[in-house]
Amino acid sequence: MTTRVGVVVFPGSNCEQDVCEAVRQQGVQAELLWHGDSSLQQCDAIVIPGGFAYGDYLRPGAIARFSPVMGAVSQFAREGGPVVGICNGFQILTEAGLLPGALQKNRGLKFLCSEAQLRVESTNSVLTQQLDLGAVVSIPINHFEGNYTCDAQTLQQLQQEDRIVFRYVNNPNGSVDDIAGVCNEGRNVVGLMPHPERATSDLLGSSDGIAMFRSLVSSVMAG
Amino acid sequence: MKFSVQVEVRLRPGIADPQGSTIERAVPTLGFSDIKNVRVGKSIRFEIEANDEQSARNQVEDLCGRFLTNPVIEDAFVELELMP
Repeated sequence: MTTRVGVVVFPGSNCEQDVCEAVRQQGVQAELLWHGDSSLQQCDAIVIPGGFAYGDYLRPGAIARFSPVMGAVSQFAREGGPVVGICNGFQILTEAGLLPGALQKNRGLKFLCSEAQLRVESTNSVLTQQLDLGAVVSIPINHFEGNYTCDAQTLQQLQQEDRIVFRYVNNPNGSVDDIAGVCNEGRNVVGLMPHPERATSDLLGSSDGIAMFRSLVSSVMAG
Repeated sequence: MKFSVQVEVRLRPGIADPQGSTIERAVPTLGFSDIKNVRVGKSIRFEIEANDEQSARNQVEDLCGRFLTNPVIEDAFVELELMP
């Protein structure tokens, strides 16, 4: 049976086709899932792509999390299914309570669009299991609200439980403890601000994102 | 009973407010030299029908906690006013 990765589309999502390309590059199927449907169409993994769901009204992710599809995503995540949120998708997952913390406006109040160097801090997650621990990867960032924050107790918990999956080498946005990505307790839900789908070919300036999609797909195969 | 509601959403103390800081840095150029601690929030107004003020307030606070604010970074300040 062919592996199928579902890519959720909200009104205002704009990275879904790039994510589909990155998924198909792994030799598996990519399926767009409309946010108004409450079914995941039997997909084996879910990616919530970047963009500006619902125009980021109220707060990024605040309205998207009430979309019918999010009930299904939450249930899928609770059952251990692999779920990855990229950029706006990360914001949506924190608003939905599937990941801890929140993303606030960048320190310096600038929209950031550049290449970022990330250090792989944990290879124990669905998105990083095929990466080398401590490796530095080059992945683009493209966000205004990417400044990760959480209370001191949550931060300590993330640190102790090895749930910080990526840190910025040079913190671009003020994120606490240089955090670029985190995972949940079950390690099957991962959120990150950088865009691995934009780093899937040397022609794009980096192919460091490929191993992340390989990780995601192999997490499905492993079951 | 119908109430007019104003919810002010503020960033929690200690949460960096880059918009507020930017405004604060700009005001001296207009000659205002004594303005400090600028914080930018949001104001949301709506109307609610409820049996009494306590019930209205409980509903608004529930709404604030679950939707209008992100409790990780924001607090809500609620004002209710009975409408004629």
